[in-house]
Amino acid sequence: MSETVLKLNRITMQFGGLMAVNDFSMDVNRGEVVAIIGPNGAGKTTAFNVITGVYAPTNGSVDFCGETIISNRPQGKMRKLYAGDADSICDRVVRKTPDRITKLGIARTFQNIRLFKSLTVFENVLIAKHMNIKANLFSAAFMLNRHEEHRMRQETAQLLEILELADVADEVASSLPYGKQRRLEIARAIATGPELLLLDEPAAGMNPQETNDLIHLIHRLKQDFQLTVLMIEHHMNLVMEISDRIYVLDFGRLIASGTPDHIQNDKRVIDAYLGVAEDE
Amino acid sequence: MKTLDKKITYLLSAGLLAAAIMVLLYMDHNRTTYNYSLSILQRSAIYAVAAVAMNLLTGFTGLFSLGQAGFMAIGAYTVAILTIPVAQRPSVYYISGIAEPLAQATAPLWAALLLGGLFAALLGFFIGYPVLRLKSDYLAIATLGFSEIIRAFIAAPMLNRVTNGSYGLKSIPGFPSTLMVFLISGLCIFLMVLVIRSSYGRAFQAIREDEIAAESMGIGLFKHKQMAFVISCFFTGISGGMLAVFMRSIDSKTFQIGLTYDILLIVVLGGIGSITGSVLGSFLMTAGREWLRFFDNPLTIAGVQVPLFRTGFRMVIFSLILMAVVLYYRKGLMGTKEFSWNGIYAFLQRLGQKRSKTRPGKEGGNDE
Ligand SMILES: Nc1ncnc2c1ncn2[C@@H]1O[C@H](COP(=O)(O)OP(=O)(O)OP(=O)(O)O)[C@@H](O)[C@H]1O
Ligand SMILES: [Mg+2]
Repeated sequence: MSETVLKLNRITMQFGGLMAVNDFSMDVNRGEVVAIIGPNGAGKTTAFNVITGVYAPTNGSVDFCGETIISNRPQGKMRKLYAGDADSICDRVVRKTPDRITKLGIARTFQNIRLFKSLTVFENVLIAKHMNIKANLFSAAFMLNRHEEHRMRQETAQLLEILELADVADEVASSLPYGKQRRLEIARAIATGPELLLLDEPAAGMNPQETNDLIHLIHRLKQDFQLTVLMIEHHMNLVMEISDRIYVLDFGRLIASGTPDHIQNDKRVIDAYLGVAEDE
Repeated sequence: MKTLDKKITYLLSAGLLAAAIMVLLYMDHNRTTYNYSLSILQRSAIYAVAAVAMNLLTGFTGLFSLGQAGFMAIGAYTVAILTIPVAQRPSVYYISGIAEPLAQATAPLWAALLLGGLFAALLGFFIGYPVLRLKSDYLAIATLGFSEIIRAFIAAPMLNRVTNGSYGLKSIPGFPSTLMVFLISGLCIFLMVLVIRSSYGRAFQAIREDEIAAESMGIGLFKHKQMAFVISCFFTGISGGMLAVFMRSIDSKTFQIGLTYDILLIVVLGGIGSITGSVLGSFLMTAGREWLRFFDNPLTIAGVQVPLFRTGFRMVIFSLILMAVVLYYRKGLMGTKEFSWNGIYAFLQRLGQKRSKTRPGKEGGNDE
């Protein structure tokens, strides 16, 4: 049967008094494409930041492939401020740093593109290969790891080929058009060799043609790299076409979850989000 | 754009290197004439090591340290204490004597330099350990404080029997040969370039570009920042050790904050993020300061003494020039670019094209 890759257990993320994410639980099974949707400020990106270890949640835990990677309970001044359920409080505290979480197999892209701007496209992807380097500082500096370096470069070149970025490999990342920058972010994330790929609004700012290409690309990457995908997206066509399941957040709370058909006909979702989204 | 054949660039580089060595050998041979120029060049080469080390940290990793003088002092005192000939030590430490274990401790120059670098690196490690976990700005403050503390320690009467307190250390044997300074400096810079061009160097640059993105690429921020900082401290220490050997006598005032500012200015002048810029900057800064000595001498034109021409005026001029350079070339002389033959070639090509375009009657320039 399907195996759970990612599991969020009653995550609450409070910024001072603001409940950015409120008692949010979800799970993602191997091979699925799952989407998180919801209006602006619903807490979607915050959920990503919790999963990847950028923010420690105020309360709750995250399991990845059966291992608890994040777990926290209200501490310090948050003990007083905590406004969530008292019965959901975690007993463990586990905090893995974002780099450790990436090494475990979760990679992500960013809503507000975060490329290594002044480096080339090739270097951007090559850097993602550094985390598994076997050579130490000395052997790397004295180029005693020729084979390894060669392999890293070869894999990078292959990946750029697959993502159709090979022709701009030597260009500075910030000089790329927007759509290609988004694709480079995906290339860079995949270069870390993830099992789970988190995409934060990958189609933002893309025209219909590019969005269409993106759908094909995600399908292909999923096949080629045996990925599980969790994404945040506002383009409803894309979401409905590509997702196996959808979670809907509103003001940090989960208001619905299920298959695209189910979500499209859910009254609460239409009221809170879809109605608005279609007006836009 | 046409580029040069790789072989040609290697040949040109080898040629330039050979020419530089020939010039140095020639100057060294006629030392009586060129003594002054040689000493300027030597000092430049030593500063270049510290400047490149600072650039590795600031230009390539995005961390800002202001502890250069302190780490150089560590290297300098290590080298001085280990290389002053045993026979001369009583006369150096004539006020309060020398601590027993140090009286006989000696090391050959290369080992003393290495040890000086290692001590500086070790101290860097201990400072970096708590500080590098915090926001990057704290490093500048912590290292600045450290640098002043080191200086206070060196001058402290309690350490008279180690550092000779405020009397400083003299009789440090100089470099056995002039070329050696350039050799060691060149080697140090070469090693740093190797680090920067390795996978670790790329990780440093990723951190400089975007810490959050770097971390999401699996790059441990603390580990790599610590690495860059310790490497930088190591070479700064070696540079300090070389400065001691070059100056032959040092005291705590040698390592005032002004030294840090000199290095910082070199890095800014050359371009933050450009190794060749730092090297170029060291030579321009050190030499520039000497060339301007002209302004320090009273000047009389047609029997009238020109005002302002007196001791200290050159520093005013020097600061003005620096300001102009930094304002005009926002990113320093080299920006983040490196010197390359292809760069020069492209520059010459552009120049040629401009010429042929402005020349009337001539049909279009050559294609790209
Ligand atoms: N670091 C922070 N400090 C304080 N408040 C924050 C922080 N990060 C996010 N927030 C707040 O948390 C709420 C959720 O933000 P989040 O970025 O997760 O929304 P989102 O669902 O991704 O929205 P969008 O669709 O606009 O990207 C917002 O009100 C935001 O202002
Ligand atoms: Mg968002």
